[in-house]
Order: sequence, then C-alpha cells, then structure tokens
Amino acid sequence: MDFFISHYNYWIVIFLMMVGLYTVINRGNLIKKIIGLNIFQVSVFFLYISIGTVKEGAAPIITEGVKLYSNPLPHVLILTAIVVGVATTALGLALVVRIKESYGTIEEDEIHEMDHSL
Amino acid sequence: MGNHISLLLVVIPLIAAPIVAVLPRGRLPWLATLIITFICAVLASSQLWMVLNDGVISYELGGWAPPWGIEYRIDAVNALVALIVAAIAAITLPYALLSAEKEIPQQQIPLFYSAFLLCLTGLLGITQTGDLFNVFVFLEISSLSSYALISLGRNRQALTSAYQYLIMGTIGATFFLIGVGLIYSQTGTLNMQDLAKLLPELAHLKTVHTGFAFIMIGIALKLAMYPLHLWLPNAYTYAPSVVTVFLAATATKVAIYIMLRVLFTIFPNDFLLATPTYDIFILSGMAAIIIASIYAIYQSNIKKLLAYSSVAQIGYIALGIGFASSKGITAALVHLFNHALMKAALFMAVGAIIYRIGSCNMKNINGLGKQMPWTFGAIVIAGLSLIGIPGTAGFISKWYLVTAALEQQAWISVAVILFGSLLAVIYIGKLIEALYFKPVTDSNQSVQEAPLLLLVPLWVLVCANIYFGLDTSLTVGVAEKAADVLGVINTSSISGVMNK
Repeated sequence: MDFFISHYNYWIVIFLMMVGLYTVINRGNLIKKIIGLNIFQVSVFFLYISIGTVKEGAAPIITEGVKLYSNPLPHVLILTAIVVGVATTALGLALVVRIKESYGTIEEDEIHEMDHSL
Repeated sequence: MGNHISLLLVVIPLIAAPIVAVLPRGRLPWLATLIITFICAVLASSQLWMVLNDGVISYELGGWAPPWGIEYRIDAVNALVALIVAAIAAITLPYALLSAEKEIPQQQIPLFYSAFLLCLTGLLGITQTGDLFNVFVFLEISSLSSYALISLGRNRQALTSAYQYLIMGTIGATFFLIGVGLIYSQTGTLNMQDLAKLLPELAHLKTVHTGFAFIMIGIALKLAMYPLHLWLPNAYTYAPSVVTVFLAATATKVAIYIMLRVLFTIFPNDFLLATPTYDIFILSGMAAIIIASIYAIYQSNIKKLLAYSSVAQIGYIALGIGFASSKGITAALVHLFNHALMKAALFMAVGAIIYRIGSCNMKNINGLGKQMPWTFGAIVIAGLSLIGIPGTAGFISKWYLVTAALEQQAWISVAVILFGSLLAVIYIGKLIEALYFKPVTDSNQSVQEAPLLLLVPLWVLVCANIYFGLDTSLTVGVAEKAADVLGVINTSSISGVMNK
C-alpha cells in the first residue's frame, strides 16, 4: 500500500495516459480523438514535472539560506512541449474544420463509407 | 564562418520561412525558396567535406558548454544525412514551380513554400543536433509542417490522410518524449555523448529499459517501420506531387538516422544484445519486404503503389540495421542514400504524368510511354534501380545488404531480399506494361511530353541513380566511415535467433 501512495504521481500519469490513448484509439469522432490526444500529452507533462521535483527541495529561485532546489530543467522542457502540443491541437482542429466542410461529417465511420480513406 | 555552418543550416531556412509567407503572390516565394535551398545544399556539402577532412564538429549553442548547453555535433553520419536532405530539397525546388502551380491553389502558394522551408528546418535540425530533447522539438517542427503540406492535396482524402498522420505522428512523438523523460530521470542529461558515457552503468535499470522501448516505438512510428506504417501510403498518395517527392526522399530517412543514433551512439551494445531489438528489426524488415511489396502489386493508384514500395524499401534498411554489423550499417546507410534518389525520381516522374493528365490511376495512363518518352525513360531507369539491376544505384545497396547477410549466414534474409527484388520486378513491370505496351486511350491521344522544368530535375536524379551505381566511392566510402563512427560491434558477438 505504501508503494501505491508514495508513487501516487506515477499512478496519475499512467491513468491519464491510458485514458488518453484509449480515447484516441476507440472514439470515432475526430474532435474526441484530439481531446484524447491532449489528455495523453498532458500525462507526459505531469510525468516530466514530477520527475523534476527533489524531495524537500525549494522552488528553483535563488534565495538566501536555501540549499536544496528542485530541478528546473524538466519544467523548461515541458514549456516547449506544451507549445508543441498547442500547435498540434490547433492544426488538428483546423484539419477537422476542413474535413467537416468537405465531407459534412466528423464521424470516422461515415467518412470511411464515403471514400474509404480513414 | 566555418564553425557556424552547422547552425546556419538550421537558422537560414527557419528565418526564411516567415519571410516567404508574406512575399507577394506570383513566382517570388518560389525564387526565394529556391535560393535558400541551394544555399543549404552548398552549406551541407561543405559541412560533409569539413567533417571528412578535419573530423567531428562540435558547436556550442550560445556558448554554453555541453552537457548543460545544447550541442550540435556533426560527424560523418549526420553530415551525410544532412546532405541528402538539403540536396533533395534543392533538386525538388526547380521541379516545384510548375507542379505546385498546377496542384495547389494560387493564394496558398506562399504559405506552401513557407511550410516547405519549415519542414526543411525541422529535418536539418534533427540531423544537426546532439541533444535528445532538441531532436523532439525538430521532429515536431518537421512533422507539423508536413501535416500542413499533405493537407494541401487536391482531393478531400488529403485532409483525412493528413489528420490520420497527425494522430499517429503525435502519438509517436509523444512516445519518444516519454522515453526521453524516463532516460533523463535516471541520467540527468540529454546530451547524446554524455548519455553514451552514463548509460552503460545504468543499463540494468527497468526505467532505462522502458525508456528505450518508448523511444524505439516512437521513432518506428515516424519512420513507418512495418507494422507501424499505416499512415504512410495515404499520406504519400494524396499529398501534392512535390510534397510526396520531398517527404518520400527525406522524412523517413531522417527518422532512420535518429534510430541509428539512439541504437548505436547512445545505448551500449551489451544492452542491445540483452534485448530482442535486433531480432525485431530483422523480423519487421522481412515482413515489410514481402507484405508491403505484395500490397504494392495490387494497387491501382501509381502513387500508392510507390508508397507501399517505400514501406518495403524501409524494410531493407531495417534489415541492414538488424544485422548489427558494420557491413549491415553500411548497407543501411547506402540504401538510405540510394533509395532517396530512386524514390524521388519515381515520384517526380509520376508527378509529371499528373501534370499532363491530372490523374495517377493505372487505367488512365495506358500508352503514355510513347507520348512522354523522357518521363517514361526516367521511370524505366529509376524502376530498374529500385529492382536492383547492375549498373544502377539500387544494385549497390542490394549487393551490400546481401553481403552483410551472407557474412552472418542469414540464409532466410538473403532469400527474402532476393524475393523482394522479384516482387519489385512485378510491380514496376505492371507500371511499364501500362505505360508502354497497352494501346493509347482516346482521351490521351493529344498528351505531350512534360515541360522541361519538370524533366531536368527528374533526369538529374536519374543520372545520379546511374552515376552512384557505377562510382561508389562517395556513397560507400562515406557510409563505411559513418558505420565506423557509429562504432558497430564485431559480428561474432551477435547470437540472435533469426541469424541462424
């Protein structure tokens, strides 16, 4: 039980990751797929941020009297990854808008029936 | 100046991309992109020349010393891949003018060239950088711009294929990100050289194993390694011809480069031998060669036929990696170079046909070979190269691959490579039969040869196919040097199941 509680951040990450991936694979609605993709990416952000934490470490801002800081690098990396994630979502949604315009639907199976392309 | 080449290769197209986007419509955006790609090609070739003469180039971004700062580290491997990318871009651009005008709406042309330059930035960035997280960022720059490029295709299927590629590509990139994070949590570094030093002691950790698996799956999705290739055929088929030429010749190749880097530079060999990595490569390669080639035979759309053939050709490269010997890596790198040449030539020829008749369906191309003799000639020669006839570039890579397989007495692999060539004879034969031996349909009676601006880049590539089939000092020489750099291990230590 201790093992579960002391690693709670990883359980959250794994849960979110599976929810996201399952949504991407299982849902036929193109918007829901993108939402799933977002949840999946957010779980990775959590993973990185919790990796950066140092036990009993302070926020990485130089202050007098503080010896131990958390590692700021994973946070900085994830800022970049968030930007990439936003760009991906924007592009994905733009594609969905165009798909809706030319097919009149955003359901995967209906699009597939129309021209076997998805 | 000399030292800055490695950075300039990334920065020049990056800065040019937004400028091109705001240039007035007309031919100015094309001209600007043309100049930029030629500058990049010159820089990439001088970079390769410098690396071959003076050894490894290490460039510290912003003067921050590695492993804390980002380091661009260029050796024979990435210098070669960077040259392939930049050279293909430079050859594609003259071809792009007419083909893009025909296939892409007028008002989107500046944006098209802008996205093209961003894609070039991403691909060159991946080859230059020595930092694992930086690889992810450039991977996403190139992927995002290629989703946009693919969605510019004329059919509405272009949109759905771009969407499908976006979902799969993002899952792949995120897997790569998870892997990098897990490795970072154990080593505390992202610099490839630093990782190579630290990982041997940590290789027994479960986290490192998991991170390795995530990275492998992530890159395998990007390079369309069988059975993770599902996004590729549609994406290549429905993208505009220029985009297909460029992506088919470069995008998967750069992903293969990253795969080589992760396998042979970052992770220690003992670690790889303790995992079934090499066997998976060999199995996946053999499956790709046979299954994707059979799929290719049954396609009625020429672009889809060639796309499936690309999946099969990636199988040959995976097989070369799976042998894990210097001969195998040399073969993989040589084929990486040669396949870029032949697939770019074939897709350009198909693009020329689309330029004239607006379709690339088998039914509509009957007898066009007589009306478009130069395009047809290019398809024949590039097709022979794909099959691996002596005197073409394709023969050289097949030769090295078979030698590498024989060295390990991997008889099944040898048989599969030769069988794959036979299957290639069938699908290229089908193409040639339709183009030359079937009677011309009425609607195609007045079709003329493609314009010179399409034919010249096409024939440059075709001549390169013949040249590198006769003179192998550049390709094989550099590839052998690159295999040395990757420090591939002697063959006797390999004891995979598939090699017996």
